[in-house]
Amino acid sequence: MSGKTLYDKLWQDHVVHTEDDGSCLIYIDRHLVHEVTSPQAFDGLRLAGRKPWNVARNLAVADHNVPTNYRDQGIADPISRLQVETLDKNCAEFGITEFGMNDIRQGIVHVIGPEQGATLPGMTVVCGDSHTSTHGASGALAFGIGTSEVEHTLATQCLVQKKAKNLLISVDGEVGKGVTAKDIVLSIIGTIGTAGGNGFTIEFGGSAIRALSMEGRMTVCNMAIEAGARAGLVAVDETTIDYYRNRPLSPKGDDLILAERAWQNLHSDEDAVFDKVINLDATKIKPQVTWGTSPELVVSVDANVPNPADETDAVKAQSMQRALDYMGLQAGQKITDIQIDKVFIGSCTNSRIEDLRAAAVVVEGKKVAPNVKLALIVPGSGLIKQQAESEGLDKIFIDAGFEWRDAGCSMCLAMNADRLEEGERCASTSNRNFEGRQGYGGRTHLVSPAMAAAAGIAGHFVDVSHWLEK
Amino acid sequence: MRAFTTLTSIVAPLDRANVDTDAIIPKQFLKSIRRTGFGVYLFDEWRYLDQGQPDMDCTNRPINNDFVLNKSQYKSAQILLTRENFGCGSSREHAPWALEDYGFRAIIAPSFADIFYNNCFKNGLLPIALDAEIVDGLFKELNDDYALTIDLVTQTISTPSGKTIAFDVDENRKFRLLNGLDDIGLTLQHADKIHAYETERAKRAPWLFREVSI
Repeated sequence: MSGKTLYDKLWQDHVVHTEDDGSCLIYIDRHLVHEVTSPQAFDGLRLAGRKPWNVARNLAVADHNVPTNYRDQGIADPISRLQVETLDKNCAEFGITEFGMNDIRQGIVHVIGPEQGATLPGMTVVCGDSHTSTHGASGALAFGIGTSEVEHTLATQCLVQKKAKNLLISVDGEVGKGVTAKDIVLSIIGTIGTAGGNGFTIEFGGSAIRALSMEGRMTVCNMAIEAGARAGLVAVDETTIDYYRNRPLSPKGDDLILAERAWQNLHSDEDAVFDKVINLDATKIKPQVTWGTSPELVVSVDANVPNPADETDAVKAQSMQRALDYMGLQAGQKITDIQIDKVFIGSCTNSRIEDLRAAAVVVEGKKVAPNVKLALIVPGSGLIKQQAESEGLDKIFIDAGFEWRDAGCSMCLAMNADRLEEGERCASTSNRNFEGRQGYGGRTHLVSPAMAAAAGIAGHFVDVSHWLEK
Repeated sequence: MRAFTTLTSIVAPLDRANVDTDAIIPKQFLKSIRRTGFGVYLFDEWRYLDQGQPDMDCTNRPINNDFVLNKSQYKSAQILLTRENFGCGSSREHAPWALEDYGFRAIIAPSFADIFYNNCFKNGLLPIALDAEIVDGLFKELNDDYALTIDLVTQTISTPSGKTIAFDVDENRKFRLLNGLDDIGLTLQHADKIHAYETERAKRAPWLFREVSI
């Protein structure tokens, strides 16, 4: 019998019951809750007279609607305010721990989970948010769910699931200067498409993935969903184990010894068989820039905007043309000729300390270009903000003309006041370039933090690897 | 949840691939703490010419007459025919809520994003994945009063030309949808097994079962 994949192991470890049709009742170790996808779930519990199965397995934080400045004044938008207050009320009523808006530990749910050790290797982690895949970076089985499943998790600590297939994406070789985890994952999505991972759990492996920090691995797993997979995984190694020593909720003492022994086994066996394997050469990956309205519409920064006329598939050509029209771009235009109006560095993809450091290196001693109306830095959590300030990064950004904000989802999806106006073009470190995502009529180009920072300084896209070589 | 058994309806064609949940229901409407009332904002940025806001009265908003759902012949459509990877992106269940609230009961496409597919079954919506060639055939056959009959019991679709197309659906999901069953109630029938699992797991991974205060 062949060995098991990491996903096989995690799955097997959490099966409570198997139905005749193969669907399983899976135990959930950690449930993260935020304000947008939970109010209807709590209402459901109340209507049915149910209580949470185990309140201690839930951790809540408001992140999508929170303002990133003047927080002491509260939330101006009454509808946003009601949603955040509803989370506060629900958590108080049901006894769930919540980091309030002004708690230093508040931040984006997928940033604070690993930061607090609330999500650990070997766990099953769910949240009513598709970017829950982020937590797979620690060797946890983590995936996004809808509100009905939020309610189901609250009430039963379990979910009914069908096992997905195994996909290994192996990225080997050493990346060049200025090429980051974001460029690796955008390049993967460009290769396999946004539906390429549908029905699969993706394990990211290979030397280029193993060389990434935990922050980088989180960036890669975060965008597994943009490749169509609900869950992404990276095997546990010393990088993982080092990261989880001394987190507030990490196991301590004898527990830590036991846990580390168990975590050592969280990798695919050498003879494991994957349903599909894709190999990528890391040395060929250049800094990436999306040009369209789907993350798969991506090219290297030194390329030109593609021409729909070169596409043989009629449905694809049509959607490329629609994307060009929406984005206000011409086929054949050089990516480096695209001028931007705003910069957004933040989101659950790229708002961790390493991301801020990478951006700071690029902007230090320079100024934001005059055509850039707004350049935002939104740290992923209050603790990251504090860390960055202790390193003097805030000063570097402010001196260069960036705005230094409080933690939240912010302009990734513009549910708070941070957004693009109609027709505005943004270099963004977030994860989705869908129509209207960052604001009605807004145009999003997904890039790494270093690339966003460089675009902010130059006023248009530039190949940051050239800057870093100097 | 409303049960789904059979449905005969006009079919609305949405000829786009990778329709994401941000397009199905834009983020500003996610600020609602209710589960209903999203139908009028379904495909808001495509359907109207102005910018939609939560709690907006939509009766006098400028309509995009080019958008397929605004064409009079599709007003009563309960079946949506679309292209691959429908429902990609955000996990928001507001997307199936909006589709259901608008009046759709079934969606036919070559493929669906996993989370969206799963969410549909929790809301009485039937997502049907068919081979891309078959979907393409339906797009070609489609005319103004084109109606399909979907039978979940026999897992078949009947076309006006008399063809019968079979589709796949998990037994478990089919059973729940046919009976309009509450998933939580069914899961709680296994409460003893969940307790037993916790007891056994606490021995293997005691660090996950400590009382920790944060």
